[in-house]
Amino acid sequence: MTVPRTSYQDARAWRRRSAGAAMAAPALLLFGLFGVVPLLGVMVLSFADWDGLGEPGWAGQANWAAVLTDPGTWDALALTIKVMVVSWLVQTPIALALGLFQAATGRLRAMLAILWFLPLLLSAVAIGLAWQALLDPTFGLGATPGLGWLARPLLGDPDLALYTVIFVIAWQFIPFHALLYQAGIRQIPVSLYEAAAIDGASRTDRFWRITLPQLRYTIVTSTTLMLVGSLTYFDLIFVLSGGTGGPGTATRVLPLAMYITGFQAHDMGRASAIATILVLTGLALSLVTTKWSGFTRMNSQQEGS
Amino acid sequence: MTTTAPADPTRAAAPVTRHRPSRPPRRSSAHSFYRTMTGSAALLWAAIVAVPLYWVMITSLRERADFLTSSPLSLPENSTLANYRTVLGGGFGTYLFNSVVVTAVTVVITVTVSLMAAFVIARNSSRWARWYFRLFLLGLAIPLQAVIIPVYLLIIRMQLYDSLLAIILPSAAFAIPITVMILVSFLRDVPDSLFEAMQMDGAGEWKQLFNLALPLTRPAIVTVVVYNGLQVWNGFLFPLILTQSNEQAVLPLALTLFRGQFGIDVPATMAAVVLSTLPILILFIVARRQLIAGLTAGFSK
Repeated sequence: MTVPRTSYQDARAWRRRSAGAAMAAPALLLFGLFGVVPLLGVMVLSFADWDGLGEPGWAGQANWAAVLTDPGTWDALALTIKVMVVSWLVQTPIALALGLFQAATGRLRAMLAILWFLPLLLSAVAIGLAWQALLDPTFGLGATPGLGWLARPLLGDPDLALYTVIFVIAWQFIPFHALLYQAGIRQIPVSLYEAAAIDGASRTDRFWRITLPQLRYTIVTSTTLMLVGSLTYFDLIFVLSGGTGGPGTATRVLPLAMYITGFQAHDMGRASAIATILVLTGLALSLVTTKWSGFTRMNSQQEGS
Repeated sequence: MTTTAPADPTRAAAPVTRHRPSRPPRRSSAHSFYRTMTGSAALLWAAIVAVPLYWVMITSLRERADFLTSSPLSLPENSTLANYRTVLGGGFGTYLFNSVVVTAVTVVITVTVSLMAAFVIARNSSRWARWYFRLFLLGLAIPLQAVIIPVYLLIIRMQLYDSLLAIILPSAAFAIPITVMILVSFLRDVPDSLFEAMQMDGAGEWKQLFNLALPLTRPAIVTVVVYNGLQVWNGFLFPLILTQSNEQAVLPLALTLFRGQFGIDVPATMAAVVLSTLPILILFIVARRQLIAGLTAGFSK
């Protein structure tokens, strides 16, 4: 611009900037205070000695030494990864199949899609309480004639509890991923299928050669959300295990280990060290999925999804 | 969510195959085999979803004695609303009130500050604005669980522990990143010329925000209101950690209290589950499309 700036323009530019700053400030303050500060704070607190009630003191390396040598931490990390992998293996094919089913039009499909959308509306607590009662070996579903095979301590047996939890997680979150796949499938150009049909491609060919490759971004999004989300499964496991991550430590994933260490055993320093491991795992996972996919639109955070 | 014309593989192929009667019968049987498979898988999943929901409903209507003796999936012999009376008499009103206040205030705060932030991001290309946006994108990756201990410390220091504000402020803060992201992507689609025309008329930033950005982004705002409302309504971790007394309990927390209070009274617990979900169910019936759009917003562009 070669036009000389007048004081009027300067004043306007100043007003514009100050209005912008005033608009930007509230979100920055709120998110900075409760999002960014705690993210740094958790790392500082992992070196602190704090029982959650009194004044935090300095602990040096003690928390980290204790957490890293505690086999419980590694068990929790291993369980977290197990939940992550098995959940992905269970949820992805079912969500993809349901997405394929509900992407087509038709009254029955639409009605079924509405029905299996319903778990998404329920709180994790409501789902946890319902399934806990439903899986009760004596009064639950197992008491129905023909469903006797369910009459076993699905949540009480250390060998079964984790898989039961994974099933309930799947029950809650599959509809979300089915919705993602449905949206992805509906964006595939019809012309691709028409061309393939003219070439005489079978339905199987069309699925493997058109649908699946065309869904790659949806698969990456869904996978990322599942993997990062599975780090944060807390509410459901908390309720299903009665706040213990049990039976024993059979379902004590990292977030539960952190909660129990911090808010039940009142060792906030160690709990912060576990939380830091959680943050680092999440970060590493984000980097890996980003790199693996060359996909830069990272969106996660959404609890559990 | 940008939905283009529905591309339905089965329907897309149908007209073509119809015009080719000479097509080998082998494929036809494969075709119907697929249809049967996907169809029965869909019905199976529908049952897996429907049976528990049905069970929750009928159990909430069952008499306690009936619950202990009859088959779980049978209709109750004498359906009763007594369980609902038990729940409503057990402080449900307070919990409902708390949940409504927490959800409404959180959503208003989140959407207000996020709309302003999104407006700044979408209308500025300066280095500051880009860093500002990047901060929120980073925020998307912060898991709630990982920062709960410092948040707890902050809330205690601010003397907010065991108040509704203790749930509202962190919930709003953690809802900001995704809300900003959705609103920015929507605001960027608004043609610059509209804003420039308003500027010509001497309208300041605030006027552009309220008279142009706000009305134009209404669909996106409905989406983020519904999405955040659902998240906050069902939120459990912040209430669990940041409140303590029954007077400040919101519904998800109250459900765990009910469980402790009613013990093995499963029908009453299920009545509490139904009652806590009722407001969301009504929202679902009224605004199903917005709810579905809200849940996938930002993830399926």
